[in-house]
Amino acid sequence: MPLAEVISQGQRVAAHRPWARVIVTAQVWREVTQRLAAGRVALLGLWGDADKDGAAPAVHMAIAAEDESDIAVVTLPCPERSFPSVGALHAPAIRFERAINSLFGLEPIGAPDARPWLDLGFWDLEHPLGAARPAPAQREPYAFLPVEGESLHQIPVGPVHAGIIEPGHFRFTAGGETVVRLEQRLGYVHKGIEALMAGAPIERGAKLAARTSGDSTVAYGIAFAQAVEAALGIEAPSRALYLRALMAELERLANHFGDIGAICNDASFALMHAHTGVLRELVLRAGEVAFGHRLMMDRVVPGGVAGDLDAEGAARIAGLVQNIRDRFPQLVELYDNTASLQDRTVSTGIVRAELAEKFAAPGYVGRASGRASDARKRPGYAPYDRLDFTVPVLTAGDVDARVWVRIREVEQSLALIEQILAALPAGPIACAVPDGSGEGLGFAEGFRGAVLVWVRIAQGRIARCHLRDPSWLQWPLLEAAIEGNIVADFPLCNKSFNCSYAGHDL
Amino acid sequence: MRKTLFESFTRAPLTEAPPRPDDAALAELAANVDRAARRRLGRSLAIREVDAGSCNGCELEIHALNNAFYDLERFGLRFVASPRHADVLLVTGPVTRNMREALQRTYNATPDPKWVVAVGHCAADGGLFAGSYGVVGGVKDVVPVDLHIAGCPPSPLQLLKGLLALIEPGIAA
Repeated sequence: MPLAEVISQGQRVAAHRPWARVIVTAQVWREVTQRLAAGRVALLGLWGDADKDGAAPAVHMAIAAEDESDIAVVTLPCPERSFPSVGALHAPAIRFERAINSLFGLEPIGAPDARPWLDLGFWDLEHPLGAARPAPAQREPYAFLPVEGESLHQIPVGPVHAGIIEPGHFRFTAGGETVVRLEQRLGYVHKGIEALMAGAPIERGAKLAARTSGDSTVAYGIAFAQAVEAALGIEAPSRALYLRALMAELERLANHFGDIGAICNDASFALMHAHTGVLRELVLRAGEVAFGHRLMMDRVVPGGVAGDLDAEGAARIAGLVQNIRDRFPQLVELYDNTASLQDRTVSTGIVRAELAEKFAAPGYVGRASGRASDARKRPGYAPYDRLDFTVPVLTAGDVDARVWVRIREVEQSLALIEQILAALPAGPIACAVPDGSGEGLGFAEGFRGAVLVWVRIAQGRIARCHLRDPSWLQWPLLEAAIEGNIVADFPLCNKSFNCSYAGHDL
Repeated sequence: MRKTLFESFTRAPLTEAPPRPDDAALAELAANVDRAARRRLGRSLAIREVDAGSCNGCELEIHALNNAFYDLERFGLRFVASPRHADVLLVTGPVTRNMREALQRTYNATPDPKWVVAVGHCAADGGLFAGSYGVVGGVKDVVPVDLHIAGCPPSPLQLLKGLLALIEPGIAA
């Protein structure tokens, strides 16, 4: 097994759970990089670390075995404040490394792109998470990638966008109507969440994690709770795990309904948007009755869940499932039978299978391009190991495929909710969270893909928490997907990805 | 498609009765908005939404205002694509340092008379993110704010209670 080999070449950190963390040399770091480039392991995340004032700098890489059944964290200490660039050989690492440089001041040697990422030149500090220092008065303007060619023009979009949507900058280069290149510049909603986490009590950390990406508050809550529980060696009770899954599936439904409608709306098909908007609202109202909050924010906590499901809540959810089963098939038929809509979505915004594989693209972005990953299956976590569901995978990789994957996942989520309600065990909904120390990694399947949370706890407080949104491995693919498409199809493509700005920017 | 459309004629509409505008919202507007500007209120308003750093939770509930249950447009309130077409800026999030200039420029691009509504706990004073190197603070630390709507996120009903205060007949001078 490839990961066992990697693990054997490093110094194991005993306090890290449930997967191994090993401290390696630069030589082993380079070897792992080569395995990534060869596609023998997948990159799940890459982040920096330091104590207060930037002491003990290091970089961590989370990797997964080819079949994703196993995960490992590989650590390289950076006493010289630099490390061999992973991005030099493996493109998915590039933005991670740019962010590490901007936030920690750790230089990736040999990196193909040395421009800042997330730091837009507006902070008073440089390297805020490392050896922070005052930012220089004069900053260099950001160098967008150069363009050469006949009759090319640039369209800058954002950060403020035309709709009710998060901000980011998209620099299009177009030849007529056709997009020749899209270059993204993100970071506009960077709030410094990881700095706020450092030194925070676990309860406050949970609230911050829940507000990293509001549409995935349950998934982030679960991943954060998993990481904390692993670090402290505790287990949430079974009833809590089932209730977490119930909330996660409701969150998946709400987002998929919103997305399916919004994608159609961006092709001017407002009828679908109106009807899926009704379904989304029904899910949120059920969430409020059952769990006390429409988005179920702060309902998942380390140790369990914040509130129990009573008979009224369970009945409300059961009724919701029936309601959706009554209404949704007609909407699927509507999508499938509207030729003008199919005309917009089929063969638009294709993500090639090789790219999806290279980026280990999470979620529906990967699954619509042939990549069968789902954290609920592999590595898997309770209660999904006891539940019956399939992971839909399509191969066309276009907007249409990303819609169909969501449609199929709605069907799977309905079945999961029914199973959860039927199998919900009795018992406590939370266990005590002790004051302790340790390190843990959580990996939970949010609606757009797996959310990774890594935490180091010291005496009951968070020393370091890294939150890795699945969008980090999807945003770059949007740049590839839009190439060769018309500018007018960008909103459609963008909605079909629905990457998180806030989750990415931290 | 035709079947889906025609069914809407036979089913009862889902649109629900609106809430009364929030008393606190009416009071805040009365205190903040001068007489001249208030003469323009009480009518149809165009809203430009600006995410100045939110987690996107507020945006989700703002989107819900346009669904069949809440149907914001029946009140004469509608979202527009450009600040140049707007009467109201609806701003969410703690203002990040990275969004301060964009928010300011959007505000400046909005012609007078204009009103700013700050949505959510973060928009009031930075919320959970206050004090971060990446955050300025509340929206009022960057542009003048006429109305705050609290919540995390505020539900569509809470949003309506605040927004309807803008078009409440009594609020006009």
